[in-house]
Amino acid sequence: MIELFNVKKVFNAGNPSEFSALNSVNLFIEENQVTVLKGPSGSGKTTLLSIVGCMSRPSAGRVKLKGREITSLPERFLTDIRRKTFGFIFQQPNLIKGISVLDNVMLPAYPLGEKRSHLKNRAMKGLSELNIANKAASKVEWLSGGEAQRASIVRALINDPHIIIADEPTAHLDTKLSYRFMEIIEKFKSEGKTVIITSHDPLVYESSMVDRVVNLRDGQIEG
Amino acid sequence: MRHWIEKQRYIIDFTISSLLRRKVKNFGLLALYTLIVFILASTMFFTYSIKKEASLILKGAPEIVVQKIVAGRHDLFPVSYIDTIKKIRGVAAVESRLWGYYYDSLVSANYTLLTPPSNGGAADTAQSSAKITVVESESGGQPVKPLFELGGAVLEPGTLIIGNGIARLRNIGKGDYMPFRAFDGNVMNFRISGTLSSQSELVSSDLMLITGEDFRKLFGIGNSHVTDVTVAVNNPSEVEMVASKIRKRLPEARPIIRDEILRTYDSIFNWRGGMMIVIFSAAVLAFVIFAWDKASGLSAGERREIGILKAVGWETSDVIQMKFWEGAMISLTAFFTGVILAYVHVFFTGSLVFEPALKGWSNLYPNFELTPFVNLEQLTTLFFLTVVPYTVATIVPIWRAATIDPDSAMRFTGE
Repeated sequence: MIELFNVKKVFNAGNPSEFSALNSVNLFIEENQVTVLKGPSGSGKTTLLSIVGCMSRPSAGRVKLKGREITSLPERFLTDIRRKTFGFIFQQPNLIKGISVLDNVMLPAYPLGEKRSHLKNRAMKGLSELNIANKAASKVEWLSGGEAQRASIVRALINDPHIIIADEPTAHLDTKLSYRFMEIIEKFKSEGKTVIITSHDPLVYESSMVDRVVNLRDGQIEG
Repeated sequence: MRHWIEKQRYIIDFTISSLLRRKVKNFGLLALYTLIVFILASTMFFTYSIKKEASLILKGAPEIVVQKIVAGRHDLFPVSYIDTIKKIRGVAAVESRLWGYYYDSLVSANYTLLTPPSNGGAADTAQSSAKITVVESESGGQPVKPLFELGGAVLEPGTLIIGNGIARLRNIGKGDYMPFRAFDGNVMNFRISGTLSSQSELVSSDLMLITGEDFRKLFGIGNSHVTDVTVAVNNPSEVEMVASKIRKRLPEARPIIRDEILRTYDSIFNWRGGMMIVIFSAAVLAFVIFAWDKASGLSAGERREIGILKAVGWETSDVIQMKFWEGAMISLTAFFTGVILAYVHVFFTGSLVFEPALKGWSNLYPNFELTPFVNLEQLTTLFFLTVVPYTVATIVPIWRAATIDPDSAMRFTGE
């Protein structure tokens, strides 16, 4: 489903502070599987995830999504793919303060100009499925850590993406909430979605629902 | 199209909530912006309206005023010259005037003393007790304001009719007495028999009407002289010609045509308005710098927010649209609020704030309500002076903010 060929990513190219985050990474991620990118801090997990998720471009190499080369696409096409294909769950919930949970959840769909009543129904359905419908009108700063995480998951799903990308999703969750998160991931898998997670949490990469673990170190895939 | 409209609605809703989330910053900006528009709009409204007002009043002024000049200075006009002017073809009437200034050291103010028409002629003092109401005729189809109205007050020897400015300054009114020091040092006491209408206060604020006889006694002017004369011409297109004939026959006379007075008024108020705008252009510049600073100095929270929006699927153009609506809301709100406040300030409160700078230097500021004159050209100019600089000042920083990498949200680890 997602193929990476000789992908390199260099930051601050040409400067004394030049830093190579990824070195000739070749990877094939299969559809309807849970893939975990595992490795220590600075191994290039997040950089790889951002390239896979069309958030940034590689310095060299090619990326294909469902057989389509996407590396050289202009920004607006890349944004369109990102919006329709990927749902992002960040290390922090990254919700926008000062507006309601419902507004936060609907944000990714605003540029699509969908009818408000339809969008609202979908958002409320998503919040109900994760048991936070009663918080829809609350401001995000009033949510607990687990509720904020679930709100960000509903936001990631609002455009019904095929691929869920989660960057260190359990880094700020306690064990109970981490297990709860993995249950949600299992549900995604059962719905036929592809899940890509970066994590160095054993609770994640040792989970039975994980199909494949990719080890990264110093910007390269091990083994 | 429906999707596009719905998208704009979503973006506008989100923009409004963003503005409200940063109340202090945005209300501060809005207040400053409104103040700038208010100042510029007040100056424009005031200058334009006062020019209109003055030109309407002066349309009722005499077509030609003839003065005598000695060594380049205005001198008393010999009555014997009047016949010479009357003989010029095209002259309908010649009327002599008595007027002058009196400095009141008590309040440090200059009064303009004038003998009303039909009362100032060299030998017309006998009519002084007549009841006078001046109503100017319509000129060119447009209603013309009378130079002054006596409203039934009787002007007789030993009395004065005074402008409202003087009445306010000296805190006097009908029936009170006002002392004057005559040319020979004697004190003359005049009784106030009435005040002038406030309709024409722009020109009558510091005015005093006095009989010709009293005027001559006060300033020591004999019957053989008057201050100047006014000339009415039958055919308006012959005004220039009559003026040149007067110059030819009376080489020491200076004819002043009404249009020249109008031009002088126009340039005086243009100059004052221009001066105000030049002074406040510094304020506009300061505001542009402030707007640039506010827009470019995005807080960490704002940068993070843009990063999140881009990460969840907003395009750079969506973020720019959001910022565009933000700028449009602030600038249009400030523009309309500033213009409305300026309108109220100029036409309802008599330009409370800028009165001294715009009306004149006298101690006797006219106190009158301007008739609202606003034209589209003025508003368009104001719009380009305020909204456009703000938009230009914010567009580059906005573009820079909108191009924040979407993966910045992934890199953000603090809350």
